[in-house]
Amino acid sequence: MNRFFGFVKKEFQHIFRDKRTLLILFGLPIVMIVLFGYVVTTEISDVEVGIWDRSMDQTSIQATQKIFSSGYFVPAGYLEREEEIGELFHSGNAKVVVVFEAGFEKNLKRDNRASIRLITDASDANSAQLAQTYLQGVLMSYFQSINQDVRLPWTVNVESRMYYNEELKGVYMFVPGLMALILMLISALMTSVTITREKEFGTMELLLASPLKPREIILGKVTPYVFLSFVNALTIILLGFLVFKVPVVGSIWLLLLVCMLYITLALSLGVLISTSAKTQQVAMFMSLLGLMLPTILLSGFIFPIDNMPRILQWLTHIMPPRWFIVIVKNIMLKGTGLAHIWKESLILLGMTLFFILAAVKRFNIRLK
Amino acid sequence: MRILLTLLTKEFKQIFRNKVMIPIIFVVPVVQMILLTYAASLEMKGIQMVVVDQDLSQASRLLVSGFSGSPFFDLVHSTTSYPEAESMLTSDRADVILHIQNDFEKRLYVEQQTDLQFIINAINATEAGLINAYSTQIVQEYNSQIRAEWFGLNDSGGMKLEIKPSYWYNPLLDYKIYMFTGILVILVTLIGMILTALNLVREKEMGTTEQINVTPIRKYQFIVAKLLPFWIIALFELAFGLLVGKLLYDLPMVGSLGLLFLFTCVYILVVLGIGLFLSTISNTQQQLMFVVFFFMLTFILMSGVFTPAESMPNWAQKINLVNPAAYFMRVIRMILLKGSEFRDISREFFSLLVYAILILSLAVTNYRKTT
Repeated sequence: MNRFFGFVKKEFQHIFRDKRTLLILFGLPIVMIVLFGYVVTTEISDVEVGIWDRSMDQTSIQATQKIFSSGYFVPAGYLEREEEIGELFHSGNAKVVVVFEAGFEKNLKRDNRASIRLITDASDANSAQLAQTYLQGVLMSYFQSINQDVRLPWTVNVESRMYYNEELKGVYMFVPGLMALILMLISALMTSVTITREKEFGTMELLLASPLKPREIILGKVTPYVFLSFVNALTIILLGFLVFKVPVVGSIWLLLLVCMLYITLALSLGVLISTSAKTQQVAMFMSLLGLMLPTILLSGFIFPIDNMPRILQWLTHIMPPRWFIVIVKNIMLKGTGLAHIWKESLILLGMTLFFILAAVKRFNIRLK
Repeated sequence: MRILLTLLTKEFKQIFRNKVMIPIIFVVPVVQMILLTYAASLEMKGIQMVVVDQDLSQASRLLVSGFSGSPFFDLVHSTTSYPEAESMLTSDRADVILHIQNDFEKRLYVEQQTDLQFIINAINATEAGLINAYSTQIVQEYNSQIRAEWFGLNDSGGMKLEIKPSYWYNPLLDYKIYMFTGILVILVTLIGMILTALNLVREKEMGTTEQINVTPIRKYQFIVAKLLPFWIIALFELAFGLLVGKLLYDLPMVGSLGLLFLFTCVYILVVLGIGLFLSTISNTQQQLMFVVFFFMLTFILMSGVFTPAESMPNWAQKINLVNPAAYFMRVIRMILLKGSEFRDISREFFSLLVYAILILSLAVTNYRKTT
């Protein structure tokens, strides 16, 4: 046992000696959570809007003021000709152009109706649609305020309640996903690369020839990363709570327990990868392409699984992060207990056992 | 010159001898382009709705039929028990609950106004906002329908504003094309940065750099021989990606391809420069991989691949001034999707050119033959 602790201590020293990697290991979760919390948001702000006011009357000018005082839009220029719309879009200086028809106010007073054209640069379909919807909302509410004296009977009032995330904060969606991503990265990628490194440099041979048992070697290699991953999981939960007020509604102990399960799973995956990779480069690419991309794409982290084509939806079932994210969302945000997560947890447990068995079976103590 | 040619031949042989390289250059991009483009869809499909109709009146049925007729909603379940619906929301079997209470119709007649509730799972905030907008719109249509048909009220009493939206460059609002161009950027960056840096550090770690250092090969020859192959591979990757995009998704190419390649040539120089620089400050492949991974992820997420860079906060836009991927992300979409010309992208072009000169000189000065 003493021998084993000595080995673990050596591994820790290896990791802590490399200050740069250590900095990134601990800095990564912080940077990512800030990025996802503030930068990668689908919220609309400062969208550049061009105005082509062919009427220049009181109502159209007021409507323009309403658009820019809403906080979502900033002026990109006032146009005078049709061709200027294309030029503005080509230079990338505006996303939307609002066109008030000639005689806007006059039409409104005389015929009770007037029209506005909203021309959107839809090369980015998603934000085009979002900007369009917001603009429409701003204009509609302005005209409703002019119309206010007309009160209609037989009204159905709508009350919407946002469950689990009352303020509609985008970061709620990302905290569970980030945990899945970072734990997978540190556990699987790091272990696979460190073990392969020993193989590539021939030092694995020395270790195998030592009195340490093979399983002690693997366990010793893996232990420091259990610790590091766990610290990272705590950092994410804490940062989410302190900076973005993402709560842990359910039991924190259950959450940490599930994190441990997921870390074990990722570590056994890392060991499995290292048994089949000969060089660090191969191990890296296997982990990056085989684990990172699916974790980001096929787990429901950024892109909802429901929106994917059937085949991809089906494929997500074999992705461990998918189940982990469901569990974390349930415990953290919905506050449900074991009753709602036992199925997902069993799947993760089954996957872990499978990876461990496969890794043990493939682990070779003889070198060719 | 002859030394350089020999070195280049050696590098190319070494790259293509490596069995992992062929799949990385040919297979991975195709898989990425297919998988990412389809998976990375933010388009909404079938919002799953549970109806709790406790009124079961003519008015409530008409409202529910408004939802079942909408292409946006899937009515997955109908019940009179609210707790049952709530448990479906908790277990993710529904996105939204429509709750109609038992006095819905009565209040409409007696009080002339009535209430209904939507309970939305808002963990995905964007989706929740859209669900709310769609639901409210359907209720508004329903409202004017009953006013007109049941109570004979002419709804066009007030002033009416007609809003006519039109979508340029992409009238069908196809998100795939936008995503695909973003993936091309990721691909070129990935190949340029990771492969170059890994290759250099591997030689360092294995000790073979030292062997090169004792030969009469000059520093610039060694660096050119190391960078040029990846510069060519990255350009090839772009051409390959464009071809795949054309065949699979009928990717529009409105602008000039020559301009795009000219811009890419400069962009790859920047990426290679960063790769070279990172390799000079790392000693092991493991260390390097972490640094590269960190930069790549930050660059790409901030470049506006999923969300428009213009809506990012000011400090993020300032950081984006030194993020080469942000320039390329913007320009590739401008050229391919909108047909922008050189004068539209000249600012980005010259910024990157200066960037390339700066980062390459920094990296070359930092690279030492002697330790």
